[in-house]
Amino acid sequence: MTAPHVVLTDVTRVHGAGETAVTALDGVSLEIHPGELVAVMGPSGSGKSTLLNVAGGLDRPTGGTVTIGGEDLVTLAPRDLAKLRRRRMGFVFQDYNLIPSLTAAENVALPLELDGTRARLARRQARHTLGLMDLMDLSDRYPDQMSGGQQQRVAIARALVGSRRFVLADEPTGALDSHTGEEVLRVLRERCDDGVAGLLVTHEARHAAWADRVVFLRDGRVVDSTGGAERAEDLLAADGAR
Amino acid sequence: MSVRLGLMALLAEGPSYGARLRSDFEQRTGGTWPLNVGQVYTTLERLVRDGLVAQDEEADAEGRISYRLTDAGVAELATWWTTPVDRTSTPRDELTIKLALAVTAPGVDVHRVVQSQRTSTLRHLRDLTRLKRDALERAEGAGAGPDHADAEHGLAWLLVLENLVFAAEAEVRWLDHVESVLARHAVATARTARLRATDAPAPADLVPAAHEGNLS
Ligand SMILES: Nc1ncnc2c1ncn2[C@@H]1O[C@H](COP(=O)(O)OP(=O)(O)O)[C@@H](O)[C@H]1O
Ligand SMILES: [Mg+2]
Repeated sequence: MTAPHVVLTDVTRVHGAGETAVTALDGVSLEIHPGELVAVMGPSGSGKSTLLNVAGGLDRPTGGTVTIGGEDLVTLAPRDLAKLRRRRMGFVFQDYNLIPSLTAAENVALPLELDGTRARLARRQARHTLGLMDLMDLSDRYPDQMSGGQQQRVAIARALVGSRRFVLADEPTGALDSHTGEEVLRVLRERCDDGVAGLLVTHEARHAAWADRVVFLRDGRVVDSTGGAERAEDLLAADGAR
Repeated sequence: MSVRLGLMALLAEGPSYGARLRSDFEQRTGGTWPLNVGQVYTTLERLVRDGLVAQDEEADAEGRISYRLTDAGVAELATWWTTPVDRTSTPRDELTIKLALAVTAPGVDVHRVVQSQRTSTLRHLRDLTRLKRDALERAEGAGAGPDHADAEHGLAWLLVLENLVFAAEAEVRWLDHVESVLARHAVATARTARLRATDAPAPADLVPAAHEGNLS
């Protein structure tokens, strides 16, 4: 097996101090390999978003280490952290966050342009990514000309354009109906099968079921995790016999 | 299987006799699994044969024979509590019964029972999703023309898989629900205990210790 792309070791995140301190994460360790999609589930307030933000360098842990592709986020200077975030990972949120005045292709190209890639090259890479994801038809549409599911798929393209190999998604299906949500998960799954590492927060079991592994949080701690898969043949035999 | 283990769970709380086991079982499982007396006695007989339950030599004054759990029975029951219900080989109701009993059984960590079941069900859901994904790809690949029959076959298969997905999903949601109800109940119990403690000092055993242990 390849080396893990994302490694969290004994991560703790305490918000505030003194009497009002809230321990949002309490000694969480987690590895994500390239090609692996990991889902995080748990009751509201259990620390799911905090985990995602810490893994993506949007928030700094109070203890423990976070490495992405071998680089330690915790000791990185803010400028370098911002650069690493722009180049190595992408975020997907519940409300898509596409820029309304830009087309799909322009939205996807934007992170590259912001990072200094020339516009023409950025567009070309954006179209390449949209093509990979079967979204070419949407290239010239503006966000208000797309459905929620289409916008979210474009947002995934934006998160993974260029050489970014780590996608972090916080309730990406939260605003979608169940069927559309599943289409979005299918796209995310395909990107991971192509070697991307994915971290997904969801409260829907049927969406978490697209992940290789589900990690449960309660009160900031990992209380359980699903392991290896059953063999499909066994499953069929058993279900058929029921 | 669940009647057998259900009776053992009740016997773990102390010796009992057939008719009382039957009424306790029904009461504790909210009547989800009505038993007849014959079923209770044949199950007890098998448990005695297997060395998991022992019966008194003599009947009491009212002619009732008392049953109790053996050490082997205690061990088997402990395994049951901590092993997720294998949904592929037993009726789904076993889970309902197990949870209903776990809520009140002393010394059983309900959260662990819920958690290990959820993990197991989610694993099952993931495996179903893999099959579904393959089926989706085949259905889309087949399309019209000579592959038409294939496509329809694929569609039927997808619907069957979805049925299993919905069932597993419902089970996970129910487990989440059980957990949040228990958490609210634990808060309410603690509050009542505090009120009692400040109002008028009450004997500590007014608050069932088993509950507190279960829910923390
Ligand atoms: N910026 C913050 N300041 C103080 N407390 C916070 C902050 N962010 C999150 N928390 C607290 O940390 C805990 C975990 O929050 P969060 O990660 O958002 O949970 P989830 O996404 O699972 O609902 C909660 O108790 C929340 O109130
Ligand atoms: Mg959240």
